Amino acid sequence: MIALLLRDLNLAVRAGGGFGLALAFFLIVVVLVPFGVGPDSAILSAIAPGILWVGALLACLLSLDRIFALDHEDGSLDLLATAPIPLEGVVAMKAAAHWVTTGLPLTLAAPGLGMLLSLEPDAFGWQMLSLALGTPALSMIGTFGAALTVGLKRGGLLLSLLVLPLYVPTLIFGAELVARGADGMATATPLMMLAAITLATVALLPFAAAAAIRINLR
Amino acid sequence: MSLWEYANPVKFMRTSRALLPWFWGLTLVSLAVGLVWGFFLTPEAENFGSTVKIIYVHVPSALMAINAWLMMLVTSLIWLIRRHHVSALAARAAAPIGLTMTVIALITGAIWGEPMWGTYWAWDPRLTSFLILFLFYLGYIALWEAIENPDAAADLTSVLCLVGSVFAILSRYAVNFWNQGLHQGATMSLDKEENIANVYWLPLVITMVAFGLLFVTLVLVRTRTEIRARRIKALIARERMG
Amino acid sequence: MELTVENLACARGGVPVLEGVSFTLKAGQALLLRGPNGIGKTTLLRTLAGLQPALEGRVSVPPETMAYAAHADGLKATLTVTENLAFWARIFGQRGLGSALEDFNLTDLAHRQAQNLSAGQKRRLGLARLLVTGRPIWVLDEPTVSLDVASVALFGQAVKRHLQGGGAALIATHIDLGFQAEELDVTPFKAVPRQMDDFDEAFV
Repeated sequence: MIALLLRDLNLAVRAGGGFGLALAFFLIVVVLVPFGVGPDSAILSAIAPGILWVGALLACLLSLDRIFALDHEDGSLDLLATAPIPLEGVVAMKAAAHWVTTGLPLTLAAPGLGMLLSLEPDAFGWQMLSLALGTPALSMIGTFGAALTVGLKRGGLLLSLLVLPLYVPTLIFGAELVARGADGMATATPLMMLAAITLATVALLPFAAAAAIRINLR
Repeated sequence: MSLWEYANPVKFMRTSRALLPWFWGLTLVSLAVGLVWGFFLTPEAENFGSTVKIIYVHVPSALMAINAWLMMLVTSLIWLIRRHHVSALAARAAAPIGLTMTVIALITGAIWGEPMWGTYWAWDPRLTSFLILFLFYLGYIALWEAIENPDAAADLTSVLCLVGSVFAILSRYAVNFWNQGLHQGATMSLDKEENIANVYWLPLVITMVAFGLLFVTLVLVRTRTEIRARRIKALIARERMG
Repeated sequence: MELTVENLACARGGVPVLEGVSFTLKAGQALLLRGPNGIGKTTLLRTLAGLQPALEGRVSVPPETMAYAAHADGLKATLTVTENLAFWARIFGQRGLGSALEDFNLTDLAHRQAQNLSAGQKRRLGLARLLVTGRPIWVLDEPTVSLDVASVALFGQAVKRHLQGGGAALIATHIDLGFQAEELDVTPFKAVPRQMDDFDEAFV
């Protein structure tokens, strides 16, 4: 299974824009927002956690349909399904590879981009913590959505529609954690909920996603 | 004689044909009674005038919007476990009705909200939850439409319905938490049922029953249509095979 | 390792295409599936490989004993020949590539990226993958597409070696592969649409 993770990361790097693409998109969102809402740093710092989370979510959506589409086209998915490793493991590794190429760079880049949005210095740590905790859930939920739409010709928009409502709790608790942390309020609830969502999705959704892939390969 | 006999399409078609006129009749009568009573025979509320009467459409449609999803969840489970095609088709049939009920609830809510709170829309937890429910319905229906193979579509939408239900409950909780956190004290309560006067209560119960009947009737009609459509598809497929 | 298939029925897109398929494949034996396009050879092979459930019937060995290869080779364009093979070897829990490169005459291409291979070379790489799976029964769907005469001969030798080593092969093909093998025409197993007077649970 590690071989699969390494291969996917290798492919992402060689195809160019594996790490870069998500980051570039994230940067675009962050740069465009001040043009849209104005340069007032008070407003920007108030909405910065939300912008960073929405940016992470959009960057995620953008890359989801590639998780299984390429493997489906070139037949790898058929071969992986007949391989000795369980399909649930394949799904988990795919999600992990997706997280390493999107969620992880976004988390690491968050302080720099937060600076552009006048994010309060107190909030930097919370922002990174919430992204680090929440983005694995985004990748896993997205992988589930990608598994549902794997055989479809025009799956991209449908995939976004399917995944969007599933992202709501993660987004809410993630942004809330930063907002509360920056204000010095109690953070236990959003922190634990965010961690719980991530752990539960990582533990359970691979089964649902693998079931969806088996149905789609039939 | 077990309940599962009705899962046989022949049996289902026969039984539903016999039942449908009765359901239509009961639906129309109860709708007429509930709405006429509610709209014309209840006094106007002291503070809000006649606007409060939209409650007779708003509350029942909101109730059915949620119940439709519950029904889809149950029928999806039945399909996944027992593989009765009628069950999957009933889930498919219920989705657009649930979507319509959600839209009605949102629109009547907006119309009611304007005179009540001076705004058509607020990110109140309940309103937001319904907006999310609306998105769930859209995604569910879109997935049904996108997949060619009917059995695969039934399987995948059932999986989505199951996972979606968990996330819908989670969203409800999250949204409650979120709004309290951001707009402390600014939340508006929609919990009018508790302090609603008795004169309004009885017609409301009748319209709720009426909407329930309407939902069942429409689901029966649509499931019959889905069964026929499925049958046609099967016949065409067999024709092509020669 | 003996593969016995009894009374197998399989469906494509929910419609039964083959039924009552029965045959036996002993170790060291190859069986060529024949039949016109669209009869359901691919569906049968996918069913045996465990990619889709059978409608009815029995298969004596689990899909884990089979290595499946179809029209798509499962190659990644940006990986080299060796990397592609090494990946599949690791996925199938094998150490090293054995003689896979030599057997399919890929040694000279070992460090070339898959995107720079010709169609026939890609196909050879796809078939070389079978050697690194370590599985006894090969289930092959049109393995010789886009191969030239010399490559078909290479493939024939690889199959022969596999059979001598106690393996077995089930191959859907239209051409002569250059070795002795039994043939099975699947045309007689074509599913007959069942007559029904009324709505029926299965709809088909």
